[in-house]
Amino acid sequence: MKIAVCIKQVVTRDWPLRVAESATWVRDDDASFEMNEPDAYALEEALRLKELLGGEVVVCSAGPARVSQVIREALARGADRAIHVEGEALAAAEADAVAAALAGAMEGESFDLVLTGLQSDDQGFGQTGVVLAERLGLPHATIIMEVDVADDGGSLRVKRELESGWFQWVSMPLPALLTIQSGINQLRYATLRGIMAAKRKEILTVPAQSAETAGQRILELYVPEKSSATRFIDGSAPEAARELVRLLREEARVL
Amino acid sequence: MILVVAEQRGGALNPATWETVAAAQQTGESITVALVGADVQKLAAELAAAEVAEVLAVEHDALEPYTPDGFVAALAQVMEKACPELVLFPHTYQTRDYAPALAARLGRVFIPDCIASKVRDGQRVFVRPMFQGKFMADVLPQGPAPHFASFQIGACRADACARGAAPAPVREAAVEIDAAAIRQRPEAPFKEAKQAVDLTQAERIVAVGRGIKGQEHLPVAQDLAKALDAELAASRPICDSGWLPMDRQIGSSGQTVAPKLYLAVGISGAIQHLVGMKGARTIVAVNKDADAPIFEVADYGIVGDLFEVVPAIMAALEGEA
Ligand SMILES: Cc1cc2nc3c(=O)[nH]c(=O)nc-3n(C[C@H](O)[C@H](O)[C@H](O)COP(=O)(O)OP(=O)(O)OC[C@H]3O[C@@H](n4cnc5c(N)ncnc54)[C@H](O)[C@@H]3O)c2cc1C
Ligand SMILES: Nc1ncnc2c1ncn2[C@@H]1O[C@H](COP(=O)(O)O)[C@@H](O)[C@H]1O
Repeated sequence: MKIAVCIKQVVTRDWPLRVAESATWVRDDDASFEMNEPDAYALEEALRLKELLGGEVVVCSAGPARVSQVIREALARGADRAIHVEGEALAAAEADAVAAALAGAMEGESFDLVLTGLQSDDQGFGQTGVVLAERLGLPHATIIMEVDVADDGGSLRVKRELESGWFQWVSMPLPALLTIQSGINQLRYATLRGIMAAKRKEILTVPAQSAETAGQRILELYVPEKSSATRFIDGSAPEAARELVRLLREEARVL
Repeated sequence: MILVVAEQRGGALNPATWETVAAAQQTGESITVALVGADVQKLAAELAAAEVAEVLAVEHDALEPYTPDGFVAALAQVMEKACPELVLFPHTYQTRDYAPALAARLGRVFIPDCIASKVRDGQRVFVRPMFQGKFMADVLPQGPAPHFASFQIGACRADACARGAAPAPVREAAVEIDAAAIRQRPEAPFKEAKQAVDLTQAERIVAVGRGIKGQEHLPVAQDLAKALDAELAASRPICDSGWLPMDRQIGSSGQTVAPKLYLAVGISGAIQHLVGMKGARTIVAVNKDADAPIFEVADYGIVGDLFEVVPAIMAALEGEA
């Protein structure tokens, strides 16, 4: 089974982000980056399917030169090779543009299965995978928590997460695209051997082709206005804690 | 005209539909609501009570149960006939599943997860969270109409939806669907075997998030829960990592709770978490980041390191016991 996994590089979760001068993006030139969280689960699922069924796992990532960091990490965890769609503008591009760039690079590969994360931690469109499916002409299912490939390798049965604790099994023919939800499996981390092996693995770098895409332009990025009536309790930890306990007892009466 | 796509399942409207109609009403434009399914007349009549110009019943046997292929095919035809300027959806799991494909098929933009829309320099822009709610963005849709946008659950109040003086007309919108072209074969929705813990009945809950750093630190939160005679709960990443069982997860994909006291430690307050707990009577948040979105819903907040603050709370509880 030939599996593609789409991986996005995002700013590290704890990075103290600030809005850039332009007020349309963040200041990330000195930031540290990591693999988007659900994409790590998508990669793990691809590696497990490969272990079960044989085949190949190909990492696909669109972005500037720096995304080679997450590509290397994915290769170290066990992916076989990578396609890097390179373009500066892809660092802050909207879902349709990213999907178009990925589709352009993936079209000739005839993947049996394409996995993406459900949503990116930065832009959070939650749609790049679904748009990619549409652009590649593949059936899709979203928010997937379990993947079963039929014995004949011709179809899939997947478990979709629905709201408030509901689930649903959906079957569809292969090739197909799935968007993977965090928690579908337990992640493995790269071993030293994996890191060494990754150095010899192929990364194919291709430029992003220009495509007609639907656009959304950020006019302004800003820190949300505070509207809450939170009562902040100041002081040292012991002082604040004592005051909190007093308030919970005497004012809120919940203790 | 604004087209609102309603959502129903098993003979009931998703209440988020009313919120999206309310969001559309705030623009002052004429509104058409479309409801898709196999037999939707009854629910269409329910929707007609809202102050809207028209309700479209988009009916076809192949549209029940829901599939993304079926809905994309049906709604693409509806869009071509109705020619709306704007199409609004509630930001549900179903919308996430097909609306991006519908927009892509029609070559249109889809701005997801909005909390508001407003007019800025004479143009309609959409406000949506980015970077996990740390920032908001005013987003201008580009390209030809219709533009697509979805509204976050809770962005508008369902009871803000105005009722019409008389029911709006309900019209059938015929669509042609080739059932054989629908590639997904869904089975009936189900819930996992009965959950071991029912947090909905808990009077007090201590919920722990990724701020706890590692499984080995969980006792910090466990001890606090014990001291407060509270149940222990968690944000999704804690359960995803296998540190706590899934049935202790609070949020859109976990349990929805409304205890007397909800004490969130090291939880940022992502929307998917908030929808599960914002009904709590008293919310306390302990977080080292004063800008964390959890403080938007908290009654009491302590900005600080949970590894200092939580032991201090324990000491304070003991001191007064
Ligand atoms: C479809 C979908 C469904 C989802 N369903 C759910 C759901 O049901 N429930 C849910 O919870 N999430 C859900 N999520 C995930 C959600 O979007 C967030 O990713 C998640 O809630 C974040 O969890 P967190 O707050 O624990 O972690 P983070 O967002 O990483 O926040 C950690 C917080 O801890 C603080 N912190 C760090 N160190 C310390 C310290 N020493 N002392 C004090 N504070 C500290 C940080 O400032 C930060 O605010 C869902 C996501 C999607 C896309
Ligand atoms: N630049 C990118 N390169 C590779 N994959 C991406 C990129 N952007 C988004 N994706 C994939 O699409 C998913 C959803 O992203 P989004 O639509 O931005 O929420 C992510 O989890 C990734 O799997």
